[in-house]
Parts: sequence; C-alpha cells; structure tokens
Amino acid sequence: MATVDVQPSGRRRRPTLRQQENRAGLALLSPTLVVVLVLVVLPILWTTVLAFQRIRLSTIRRVGLFDAEYTLRNFQTVLTSRGFLDALKTTLIYSVVGTTLAIGLGLVAALVVRSPFRGRTLVRASMLLPYVAPIVAVAFVWQIMLNPELGVVNAIGTDLLGWDEAVPFLTERTGTLSLFGFGLGVPTALLTVILFQAWRYFPFAFLFILARLQALPAELDEAARVDGATPLQRFWHITLPQLKGVIALLAVLRFIWTFNEFDDIFLLTGGGAGTEVLSVRVFRYLTGRNDVGASAATSLVMAAILAVVLLFYFRYFARREEAP
Amino acid sequence: MTTPEVRTETAGGAERELAPPRPVTPRRARRLSREVVETRVLGVLKWVMIAFFVAVTLFPFYYMVLLSLRTVENLALEPGLLWVSLKEVTFDTYRNVLRSTDDGGQGFLLFLRNSGLVALSSVVVTLLVSILGAYAISRLEFFGRRQVHALFLAVYLFPAILLAIPLFVFFTRIGLRGSLLGLVLVYASQTVPVTIHMLRNYFETVPKSLEEAAAVDGYSRLQIIRRISLPLAKPAIMATSLFVFMIAWNEFLFALLFLVDRRERWTVSLGLSQLAGSIEIPTTVLMAGAVILTLPIVVLFFLTERLLVEGLTSGAEKG
Repeated sequence: MATVDVQPSGRRRRPTLRQQENRAGLALLSPTLVVVLVLVVLPILWTTVLAFQRIRLSTIRRVGLFDAEYTLRNFQTVLTSRGFLDALKTTLIYSVVGTTLAIGLGLVAALVVRSPFRGRTLVRASMLLPYVAPIVAVAFVWQIMLNPELGVVNAIGTDLLGWDEAVPFLTERTGTLSLFGFGLGVPTALLTVILFQAWRYFPFAFLFILARLQALPAELDEAARVDGATPLQRFWHITLPQLKGVIALLAVLRFIWTFNEFDDIFLLTGGGAGTEVLSVRVFRYLTGRNDVGASAATSLVMAAILAVVLLFYFRYFARREEAP
Repeated sequence: MTTPEVRTETAGGAERELAPPRPVTPRRARRLSREVVETRVLGVLKWVMIAFFVAVTLFPFYYMVLLSLRTVENLALEPGLLWVSLKEVTFDTYRNVLRSTDDGGQGFLLFLRNSGLVALSSVVVTLLVSILGAYAISRLEFFGRRQVHALFLAVYLFPAILLAIPLFVFFTRIGLRGSLLGLVLVYASQTVPVTIHMLRNYFETVPKSLEEAAAVDGYSRLQIIRRISLPLAKPAIMATSLFVFMIAWNEFLFALLFLVDRRERWTVSLGLSQLAGSIEIPTTVLMAGAVILTLPIVVLFFLTERLLVEGLTSGAEKG
C-alpha cells in the first residue's frame, strides 16, 4: 500500500491499473465500512468489554477502558439469577417451534399458489402482509383480538363455541385444555406468542420457497408423471429434495432471528406469563435495573449459545445434506 | 401380461372397473386410482388452504379497520360483531388520534411527520452509502472484496439488542440520543448489508462494455456511476428504497431506547406502543392509530409488490 501513495509534488511512478482499481474499490466502499464499523462492529466489541466490567448506567460516563475493574461477576450474576434457565428454555422452545411452524406454513402456502390461477397475484400479495406490516400495529391488533373482554376471539368462543369462560390468551401462564374428558396443561401465553410468530414470519419462508419452486425445471416432474408417480410421490421424491437447500437456509436464518427476537414478545406480553425470553431479560437489566454489565453479559451468553447451536447444526446436518 | 386390452382399459381412465372378466393387472389399477384420488383431494385441499391463508392473513387487518370505525361503547356491548352498520360508523377516532395533545388529541400527526422524516432520511443516507459500496463490490477487484461480504453476513448474527447497549451509551455521550439523526444513522447501518446485496446483484447485470466505453470517452469513475450505472439500475434502486423505508417506518426497539422520554420526537410505532398501555385512551382510538401506522406501508407495498419481491429474492432461485 505504501508504494501506491501519490505525492502531490514529484510523482515517482504511476500506479498500475490493478493498484488503481484496488484504491478506487476501497474508496467507494469506505462509507459503508465506516458506517458498519462505527455502528455495528465497535458496539459489538464494546459490549464484550462491558460484560467483563463492573459497571452501571450511572457510572458508565466515568469508567474508561483501562481504569475499569475487570471481573467475571456479571456472568456469575446472570447465570445463577432466578429465572435464567427458564428463560433459556422458553427461548429455545420459542425458536425451534416458531421456526418449524413458520417454515411449514410457508412451504404449504408456496405449494398452493405455485400454479397460476385467477387472482393469484392478489393472493400472493395479501399473504405477505403480516410480514411487511408494522410490528407495533399487528401486535396491538392481536392483543385486542385476544382480549378477554373486548376481543372478538373470546366473544365468538364463549357465544358460539360454548367455551365456559373467556381465555386470557396473553396473560395466562398455564391453562387447561380439556380433550376427550382429560384436562391437559397448556402453556397458553407461550403457545399464543409462538402462533403469532408463525403468522408473522411464514410469509418470509413462503417468499423464498416460492421463488425456488418457480425456478425448478419442469422436466423432472413431467418425467415422474409419465412414469406413473402420483402427486404426493412426486412432491416427496422430486420437489422436496430440490427444496432442501432453501429450506435449510431458511431454518438457519429464521432460527437466528427468532432466537434474537425482542419486539414480538415484548409488545405482546411484555415477557410475562411464562414468555420471558433472553432478549427481554437483556432489555430488563438495561432499563429496569440500569445494570449494563449484566445486560451485556446476558447478550454475550445468547451469542455464545447461538454459536454452539449453529456449530452443532453445521457439523451434523449441513454436511449430510451436501453428500449426494 | 400386457395385452392391448389392458392398455385400453387403463387408458380409459378414472371410473372404477368392477366387472371381473377383464384381466386388469391389480397393481396398475390401484396406482391409477390413487393418482386420481390424490389429484382430486389435493385439488380441493388447495382451494381450502388458499382460503385459509387469505382469511388468516387478512382478518387482523380487517378487524383493525373495523374497530377503528366503531365507538368504544358499542365495542364493549358487542365485541363479537364482525361488521359495522353505517349508522354506527364514526370517524371521531381518527380526528382524536391525529389532533395535537393541546387540543385534547393524541398527537399522531406529529408522529407521522417524525416517522416520515426518519424513514426518508434513512433512505437517502442508506442509498448514498450502499450505491458506492455495491458498485465497488460488483465491479472492482480489490483487496478484501470477498471478506467484506462475510463481514456483512456476520453482522446479522448478533441480536439488535446487543447493539442497543453500547449505542445507547455512545449516543448519550455524544448527544445524539433523543435526536432523530441518531436513529437515521442506526437504521442505515442496519440495512446497508442487505441493500448492498440487492444493488450488487443488479449492477452485475449491467453490461461491462457500456462502462468501458464511457471510460474510453474520458468519464471518471463517479461520472460512470452517475451517468451509466444508476439510470440502468433504477428498478433496483426503487426496490431498495422501499425496503429501507419500510424497515425504518416499522422499527420499534431503537426508537424506544433513544426517544422514549421525548414525546415530541416519537415515531408512529413508538407512539402507538407507548399509548397502548394507557387506560384513558379508548381502544378504538388507538386502533385508528394502528390503521394510520399500517396504511402507508400497505399502500406502498401493494403498489410495488412485484418490484420489491424480485429485488429481495434475486439470487434465491439458485437455491
């Protein structure tokens, strides 16, 4: 790099075309790099440092990088605090079930609008609405819809479906679902936020699976049809294997995003009634108790767990898929 | 086994053949009927599922509009009503929610202005940054080109809430917390990786020879971008702008962290979430607020759905 420096007075030698391109590339990319470095990368590094410091929101202005006291106490506090394991369990259930449901629904949706029909564009567009609409608005509508007094779901349930009493979908930790005379304990609120998550994010899976479906070559399917494979057989043996790649990618992306998800649960339940996930705990440490250290430590623990899960996934699942 | 008779029989099609004398191969017959049954069942199921999906996705939006047109007294009386009679329709909810707090309203007009300002500025900043970046990545061979991509992807592995802590502190220190500018910068940093991806895909489809011809004519790099690449990439730029606008308009967490104690700076999302907990404001008025928050996005989306979908999923076909 040093040889490329152009001095204004005596030009020693013209930079080669390759060097020119190198420099132009970096120059054009520099705004991007600055934005991402300052607002994403540095904050991540800083969080890591904060997690190891004894620090509160009130003292953060005074504590610098070097005069701080470094300690593992934040991690100790976080890992042994009441409710941490529950929150971890909830986060994992929420992520796994939510991701599976969202991708499953997305797959079904993509399959049913695959072939053209009248009004298909409109159907496709309306299926994307939950995903593009503002989270605050849709969460609020769901809250009201499921409200025991004002909500339409409970009104219909008690008036027409013969429910004994209104179900507080978002505030009840465990409800009993009577099925064939047996009472079954159900985590009502958790189930509701998982359903919300499936409703809101299936369009994302739908979009990408549909794009892949429409790019599939028709010949294979046609050949299987000629050979007498039924529609279900063709789906199972011809279509699905070709979708494996996009589904695996979606599973990874959706799992990461659901694991880190904050808005949905915070807006729907505030993390109450057995729906407290780790990201809500990060927020609570930060704003409720002004404990920056514990907050940062929790988010690092989250990143670590995520990394372990992903490593496990890539090691045992992704490789098997690559094998022919 | 395969006699001509059998072939005509099976080719004959759907109806179940019960007459014994014809020598039909059992397996062949069963498979054929399974084909027919499956095709019919799936054909019906398909429409059932389409109806289900449309109903499930649209209902909450219908319900939102419905409630915004009713009075809260009527809602309390008949919460299960799925339509509203023309006599009952009221627009007072909208008047209430839009009016400034000084006039006894909720001040959503101000929130709309804030949201619009933030979203449009985010679009401008993000585009400026990512057009240059995407051009560099798609056209120029430079040191670290590949690594940049990995860096951007890695950004998305970390929860937004993890960034929230240091940004909160950092912005407090330099006095950007509580300002809309801080929010714009955060939104730009959050969307740049995706917008670069979207634009890069498009720049790569612009023929290189056009740019080379312009270079021979003595255009500088920036002139080439402005005169040749940008006009050709217009659809991609539209799609990218829409994407950024939607993200910025909908965003909640950072708005909450940075602006919560300054009501005059609230965005519509933040305003609705903050007022949703209050008991004094009727639900139907807040529902009008939800409609106001959602409507611009839905309108934009329906106008440009195809453009946006193609921009986001380009490259996904390859699997």
